Amino acid sequence: MSEITPELVRHLGVLARIQLTDEEVDRLTGELDVIVDNIAKVSQVATPDVPATSHPVPLENVFRPDVVSETLTLEQALQNAPDAADGRFRVTAIMGEEQ
Amino acid sequence: MSDLTRLSAAALADALAKGEVSSVDATRAHLDRIAAVDGDVHAFLHVSDHALDVAADIDRRRAAGEELGPLAGVPLAIKDVLVTTDMPSTSGSRILEGYMSPFDATVVARSRAAGLVPLGKTNMDEFAMGSSTEHSAYGPTHNPWDLERVPGGSGGGSAAAVAAFEAPLALGSDTGGSIRQPAHLTGTVGVKPTYGGVSRYGAIALASSLDQVGPVTRSVLDAGLLHDVIGGHDHRDSTSLTDVWPSFAEAARSGARGDVLKGLRVGVVRELPDSGFQAGVSESFRASLALLEANGAEIVEISAPHFEYGVAAYYLILPAEASSNLAKFDSVRFGMRVTPHANSTVEDVMAATREAGFGDEVKRRIILGTYALSAGYYDAYYGSAQKVRTLIQRDFDAAFGTVDVIATPSAPTTAFRLGERVDDPLQMYLNDVTTIPANLAGVPGISIPSGLAEEDGLPVGIQFLAPVREDARLYRVGAALEALLEDAWGGPLLDRAPALTTRGGVS
Amino acid sequence: MAKAPLMDFDKALELFEPVLGFEVHVELNTATKMFSTAPNSFGRPANTDLAPVDLGLPGSLPVVNEQAVRYSISLGLALGCQIAPSSRFARKNYFYPDLGKNYQISQYDEPIAFEGSVTVELEDGTEVVVPIERAHMEEDAGKLTHVGGATGRIQGAEYSLVDYNRAGVPLVEIVTKPIYGAEHRAPEIAKAYVQTIRDIVLALDISDAKMERGNLRCDANVSLRPRGQEKLGTRTETKNVNSMRSVERAVRYEIQRQAAILASGGTIRQETRHWHEDTGTTSPGRPKSDADDYRYFPEPDLLPVVPAPELIEELRAALPEAPPARRRRLKAEWGFTDLEFQDVANNGLLAEVAATIEAGASPTAARKWWTGEITRLANVAGREASDLIAPADVAAVQALVDAGTLNDKLARQVLEGVIAGEGGPQEVVDARGLAVVSDDGALIAAIDEALKAQPDVLEKIRDGKVQAAGAVIGAVMKAMRGQADAARVRELVLERAAQL
Ligand SMILES: [Mg+2]
Ligand SMILES: [Zn+2]
Repeated sequence: MSEITPELVRHLGVLARIQLTDEEVDRLTGELDVIVDNIAKVSQVATPDVPATSHPVPLENVFRPDVVSETLTLEQALQNAPDAADGRFRVTAIMGEEQ
Repeated sequence: MSDLTRLSAAALADALAKGEVSSVDATRAHLDRIAAVDGDVHAFLHVSDHALDVAADIDRRRAAGEELGPLAGVPLAIKDVLVTTDMPSTSGSRILEGYMSPFDATVVARSRAAGLVPLGKTNMDEFAMGSSTEHSAYGPTHNPWDLERVPGGSGGGSAAAVAAFEAPLALGSDTGGSIRQPAHLTGTVGVKPTYGGVSRYGAIALASSLDQVGPVTRSVLDAGLLHDVIGGHDHRDSTSLTDVWPSFAEAARSGARGDVLKGLRVGVVRELPDSGFQAGVSESFRASLALLEANGAEIVEISAPHFEYGVAAYYLILPAEASSNLAKFDSVRFGMRVTPHANSTVEDVMAATREAGFGDEVKRRIILGTYALSAGYYDAYYGSAQKVRTLIQRDFDAAFGTVDVIATPSAPTTAFRLGERVDDPLQMYLNDVTTIPANLAGVPGISIPSGLAEEDGLPVGIQFLAPVREDARLYRVGAALEALLEDAWGGPLLDRAPALTTRGGVS
Repeated sequence: MAKAPLMDFDKALELFEPVLGFEVHVELNTATKMFSTAPNSFGRPANTDLAPVDLGLPGSLPVVNEQAVRYSISLGLALGCQIAPSSRFARKNYFYPDLGKNYQISQYDEPIAFEGSVTVELEDGTEVVVPIERAHMEEDAGKLTHVGGATGRIQGAEYSLVDYNRAGVPLVEIVTKPIYGAEHRAPEIAKAYVQTIRDIVLALDISDAKMERGNLRCDANVSLRPRGQEKLGTRTETKNVNSMRSVERAVRYEIQRQAAILASGGTIRQETRHWHEDTGTTSPGRPKSDADDYRYFPEPDLLPVVPAPELIEELRAALPEAPPARRRRLKAEWGFTDLEFQDVANNGLLAEVAATIEAGASPTAARKWWTGEITRLANVAGREASDLIAPADVAAVQALVDAGTLNDKLARQVLEGVIAGEGGPQEVVDARGLAVVSDDGALIAAIDEALKAQPDVLEKIRDGKVQAAGAVIGAVMKAMRGQADAARVRELVLERAAQL
C-alpha cells in the first residue's frame, strides 16, 4: 500500500493551489492510493543503468536569433484579464512576498 | 449534387477544383447538417459565425484564377484544444469559458492559409484528460453509432463530427490515444504523427512531451491530405522536427494500389493481453491480419516486454507535466476568477478559482502529478517513468529491426455506455494500453476502421505503428488495408452507421 | 517593528566565524527575452513588450534566445567555470502573480556553467578568491506594484497590479560556494565580490549592470558558527540588496544581528530577509518550509544545450582580461598612485572611469569627476554613482572645461543639470546660460573696478607680492558671478598691475 494520507492530499492541494473540499480530500485519498499502487511498478524496471528519456525524439541546441518580432499589443495582452487597471493586471492583496 | 456532407474530403476537393460545387454550398451543407444533428451528437462547442464568409472568399479567389491548395474550400472542424483568434478556445474547461486567443495555433493558421474553412470548435474531455469526452465541462459528446455511447476521448468531438458527417475533416490532438481511440470507437481514421512532426504551438498543452496534433477523417487519403497541410517544421515549437516530409496524400494514394503489402512484415506484440480485449475486437483484428497475410504480408510475433509498464509510466509523466502546464490557469491574466470572500488574498482567489474551474478528473491528475514531482518522490516516480520511456523505445527499436510496422487493436473494447466507467479512473486509464506506447516513444500511429464487433455491431479499429519519422509508411499500409476492407464491405464502414434523426440542432 | 538588538561587530567576530554565500542575478542586455521575441526593454509602458509566452497564454511555447546562451557561456568562462557539455532547462514550479506561467524556466541539476572562482581585490589590494559553484540561465519575473496600505509595501496593500514587461528577461544566476575565512573583512568581501561581478559583466558587455534598475541583484547568505565549531550555523538569505554599499552594510548588519541572538541563547530561523535601504536593517520574510517544494523537472518544451567545443573556444578567446590583470594594466596606463587607483576601484567605478577616458577625458579628470562630484551627488541622493550619469556625458563636460567654455564650478552645475535630466551637457550649458565670460574687455573693466577698491593690492603686486592678486581675482569672480576663467583673470590682473 502506498503512503497516501488525507494530510498529504491536503498538502498537495496547497502546492497545486486547489482549495479541495473535505469530501474531495477523502475521495482523492482513496483514488490516489489505488492509482499510486498501480503506477509504482515503474520502479521495478527503472534500474540505475537505464538512462531517462525526457524527449521522445532527441534534438539539441534549438535556438532562435536575438531579433524582435511578434509582440502583443496592450489590448491583446489585457483582452482576457478578469480585472485590470492602469494597463496592468489587477489582483487582490498578496500575502507573503516575492520569491 | 447529392449530399455534399457524404463526400470524402478528397472527392469534395476535386469537385471544388473542377468548379462543380462552391465552397459556400459545401460549407452550408455542413452547417445545415450540424444544425440538424448536433443537438443529439454534441460534437461542437462553438460553430463559427463566419464560415460562409470564409467560404465565399475562397470561391471568389478561385473564380479570380488564384492558385489554391488541394483542400481549399473544404470545411474543417477544430478540436477546442487548439487556439483560434475568431472563436473561443476553452479546451473543454469551465476555467477558460469564453477565452479568446490573440493568436492562432500553427495548425489552424496553416489550415486557413490552405483555404480550409473552419466550421467550429469540437468538444473534448477537459484539457484532453479522458477517454470518453464525458469529462467536458460542457456536457458529453454522443457516439453517432449509438447515441447512448461515448465517442471516445479526449477528441470525441472531432471524431463524432466526422463520423456524423458534420465535417469531412477535423483536427485532433493525441497525448495517449486521443485521436486514435475515438477513431476506433466511431469508425473513423485518426493519425498521431511522429512527435515533432506537427507543431504544438497553439495547442493548449496537456503533457508537452506526449502531445501531438493530427488529422481526424473518414479515409486514409483525407488524413494524408490534411497532414500535408498542417505538418512540417515550425520555429515557434522547439520540439518541431526540421525534416522535409514526403507527401502523405501521395503515400496514401500509392498505398491504395496494394503493392506495399507484398513482403510487408507486420509485427504483432506477444505481450498485449488478449484476455483484456473484447471478443469482437480481437476477432476483427485477427480478420484484418488474415487479410493482410492473404495479400502478401508476413505476420511476425514480436516481443515488447516493457509495454506493460507503459500505462504506469504514462500516468506519471502525464499528470506531472499537466500539473505544471495547468498552473497558468490562476485567474490573474485570463480565464475564470472566483473570489471566495471579501478579504480574500490572491492565494485564496487562485485556490478557489482552480477548485471551481477544474473538473474532478483534472483535479485528480493535477494532484497526482504534484505528488509525482514533489520532493522525495521524484526519483521513484517521475524519474523512473522517464526510464520506462527509454525501455519502451528500446522495445520499439528492437521490434522495428525485424518488422516494418506493428499492428494492434486500436483499443480494447468498442464504445461503452455513457456513465459506465466515469467513476472508475483506473479502468478508464487501462483503456489506453494500446495507444500509450506510441506517445511515450514518439513513434507515429494510425487507426483505421477494421469492421464491426459481432456482439454489439459497433466499430472496431486497427492500429499500425511505424518507426519515428516513418509516418508515410502508415499511410501506405493503412490505405492498402482500407482498400481491401472497403472492397470486401462494398463501401466505407460508415455507410453502415445508423442514420441520425435530424432534429434539435444547435443555434 | 522593533529594532533588533545588535552586537558590536568586533565582539561578534570574537565569538563567531561568519560564513558567506551569494546569489547574484545578472540581467543580460540582449535585444529580446530569454524565450520570446518580445523586446528586452526597460521603462516602457506596462505590458507593452510581451509575447504570448511571457503571459503564459494558452498554447504558447518558449524558444531559447541564442545570444543569451552565448552570453551565459562567456560569463561562465569569465567566472573560471567549466561549461557543461550538455545542460538543460528545468521548470521551477511555484505560484506567484508575477510569474506568467506559475513556473520559472530555470536550470536545476544541469547548469550551463559550474565549478569556477573569481579573484576579488579588497581596498588594501589584498586578493581573495571566491569559489563559484554554478552559473545558470533562467528568466526574470514581472513586476508587482502594491496599492493601498500605509507603506506601499506588500503588507497591508489592498490590491496589486502586475506588469509583465520584465517577465522573461534573460538572467544568469551566479551562485557561490560557502565562503570561509572572511572574518572581519566579510562585509568588505561582499561588496568587492559584487563589484567584481559587475566589472566582469560590464567588460563582457552582456549586461547594463545597473543595480538600481535591478540589472544586477544580490542575495547575501550569512551564517555564524561559534569559534571552534565544525557544523555550519543556520543561514539567512537577505534579498533586495540593490547597491554595492548596501551589500556591505547588509552583511555587517546580519552578522551583528545574528551574533546578538546567538549570544543570548536564541536560534536563527532559516528564512529570507528583506534589506531596507532607508533604515539600514533587514526584516524577516517568509520562513523556509516544505512549501518551498519547487517540483523541478526537465522542461519538456525545450531541448538540451550542447555547445560545440569550437564555440566555447571562440568565446574563450574573445574574453576580456580577468579583473586583477585588468586592474594592474589600467593602473599603469592611467598613471595613478595606489591611493588614487583604489579610490576608483573601491567605489566600483573602474568601468565608468575607463569609459570616460575612452570618450576622450584625461585619466586625472575622469577620476576627479567620478570619485569627487558624482560620488558626492550619489551619496546625497542615496544612489549608485554609476547609475547617475553616462561616462560619455562626463567626458563631454570635461571637454567643455578643456575648451575653456566651463570652469570647475560651472562644470559641476552642468553635471547637476545632466543628472537632473535636463539633457546633455551642451543642452544644459545653453539652457542655463552657463558659459564663462571670455570677453577680456568686460573682465578688465571688472579688474579696474576691483583694483580701485583695494589700492593697497596694486602696491603689493608691484612690490613682487604676486599672491596679493588673489583678493582681486576673488572680487572679479564674484562680480562675474563665477562665470569667468580664474586663470585668465589672474593673467589680466598681473597685466593691468604692470600697466597702471
Ligand atoms: Mg536562488
Ligand atoms: Zn534565480
